[in-house]
Amino acid sequence: MRRDVRRLILLLLPAGIFFAAFFLLPMAKLFAIGGSGKTGWAAYAAILTDSSYFGSLLSTLGVAAATTVATLIISGISGVFLQRHKFPGNGALVAMLTFPLAFPGVVIGFMVIMLAGRQGLIGQVTQALTGDKLVFAYSLAGLFMGYVYFSIPRTILTVMAAAEKLDPKLEEAARSLGASPWRVVLDVIIPGLKPAFISAGAICFATAVGAFGTAFTLAAKINVLPMVIYTQFTLSANIAMAAALSFVLGAVTWIVLALARTAAGSTVAAAG
Amino acid sequence: MTDSGKPLAIALQGCAKTFPDGTKALEPLDLAIHAGETVVFLGPSGCGKTTTLRIIAGLEEPDAGGKVLFDGVDVTPLPIEQRNVGMVFQSYALFPNMTVAGNVGYGLRIRRTPDAEIRARVAEMLAMMQITKLADRRIDQLSGGQRQRVALARAIAVRPRALLLDEPLTALDAKLRDTLRLEIDSLLRSLGITAIYVTHDQAEAMALGDRIVVMEHGRVAQIGKPREIYQRPATRFVAEFIGTMNRLTGVLQGGVFTCKAGTLAWAEAPRQATEILFRPEDIRIAESQETAGLHGTVAAAFFLGDRTRLFVEVGEARPLVVESTARRDFGHGDAVRLAIDPRGLLVL
Ligand SMILES: Nc1ncnc2c1ncn2[C@@H]1O[C@H](COP(=O)(O)OP(=O)(O)OP(=O)(O)O)[C@@H](O)[C@H]1O
Ligand SMILES: [Mg+2]
Repeated sequence: MRRDVRRLILLLLPAGIFFAAFFLLPMAKLFAIGGSGKTGWAAYAAILTDSSYFGSLLSTLGVAAATTVATLIISGISGVFLQRHKFPGNGALVAMLTFPLAFPGVVIGFMVIMLAGRQGLIGQVTQALTGDKLVFAYSLAGLFMGYVYFSIPRTILTVMAAAEKLDPKLEEAARSLGASPWRVVLDVIIPGLKPAFISAGAICFATAVGAFGTAFTLAAKINVLPMVIYTQFTLSANIAMAAALSFVLGAVTWIVLALARTAAGSTVAAAG
Repeated sequence: MTDSGKPLAIALQGCAKTFPDGTKALEPLDLAIHAGETVVFLGPSGCGKTTTLRIIAGLEEPDAGGKVLFDGVDVTPLPIEQRNVGMVFQSYALFPNMTVAGNVGYGLRIRRTPDAEIRARVAEMLAMMQITKLADRRIDQLSGGQRQRVALARAIAVRPRALLLDEPLTALDAKLRDTLRLEIDSLLRSLGITAIYVTHDQAEAMALGDRIVVMEHGRVAQIGKPREIYQRPATRFVAEFIGTMNRLTGVLQGGVFTCKAGTLAWAEAPRQATEILFRPEDIRIAESQETAGLHGTVAAAFFLGDRTRLFVEVGEARPLVVESTARRDFGHGDAVRLAIDPRGLLVL
């Protein structure tokens, strides 16, 4: 009995040390610094009361949520399709889709500008068609596009791995009971992929909340938390405010991920 | 109407199947299944049982020219969801995101049956399968036998025109298999449903089938009642595949078959035979006063309780299998005399 407990403690030790060194201590320190500024602990209250801070918190979470939803829809459809239909070039296409994973945020931002910037492709096409140039690279929409582009590969790979494990007999059983292809998607495929959706979605959300490089490349006009933290830290030298914002950013992300885990139950771990 | 007087529920006409990779799984196959009958597809692994079943279900398309008819209507172009067939798989294929009741009621929900009616029908099904207590369980909280009961209830709940079962008991242990086999048998009889049951277990086929379709390499080797298949196998393959078959080689002359083990009088012998086949139950150890022309030595004896299974060496490629209910011990090397009931003799 005692030996079991000892062994458990021993096994948990590396994780515990890691958790303390890289998470608990920095977070505690961050939290303390957040309250050490001119305004003291009111810095935290300011995040909720100051409309510009609160606005950037909301737009950060909003763009992350929108990114997650869009990524899951696009990757869900194409992931299942790519897994089900083997055609010539399938392997090359999948390999190409994983490309953006290797790009730093700056490159992603650069690509968004090339596509939707002032000299971008979309602008040129819309100008030719309607006379008006459509430019949205330097806004939340551009950021959204960049994040989606960045998140799709990883999510597609996760979905493909999960789709491979779906039991085709389940779909056949549903169809034998009269389910149309659409009902099969709704009742069998989506529930079967749910663990993968939740784990991939969580990663996608967390990445989108914290991604800085893309936002930085696109413009200072974009009001998302990582940018605000950067300006507070480097330009205003308001270290306390930067720390408070960082802490809240981390905490909110953690809560969202924890909620996603709970919603998925124990199934997330199984999805790998 | 057919010779049996019952309408044809399911008919296959010239259904062949070649898979995209070139595998020829089925030769053109004709099959007629009557309403209310239980037909068992029996055959070794890879002979095309599942493929045939899937063609009937609508999960697989027959090669061009093949036709599937339900009640005389050509349903070949219809996908499975429009054929109203119930399916039961070896792997159960229950929806893990639904409870037991949710699974059983799924087909009715798809059909937009009113809620009250669904509840009543689900309750009826659960009661019939004796799983009422499991209604709110999740699927992963069920044993294999319970899962297969749920799968049966789910398939039957929508009152399908036919029930298609693909090795439903193969994943279960021997004892449970026997219990469930009996249950399925009485279920199929009481419902009077047309059923097709795939198995490679001949005991299961014998017990459940009104008729058995024995398949070999994508072909039908024989169709018949279990007794016909067992007692009058049409081919050597059927004879060897079902039950145990003994074999003696020799010459037939003037109503006497002579082989290495001795002679055997056979009054109603055919004109020619160089090989005779018979079941273990048609051969016995002769009593001491009896005249018997066949001699052998016991190669092995297995006491099974109610009888002893003997392997008797008679100079053939394989020893004869003989079952004896005599109250005596047999030992390796014992000399025995054998008597064969000529009515059980087959020449193929
Ligand atoms: N999708 C497929 N693609 C290619 N070949 C296939 C496919 N499905 C089945 N086959 C082949 O068709 C033949 C018949 O297969 P089938 O599944 O009907 O056999 P079975 O009699 O059900 O065997 P078992 O008892 O092992 O289930 C086999 O040779 C099998 O390898
Ligand atoms: Mg099979």
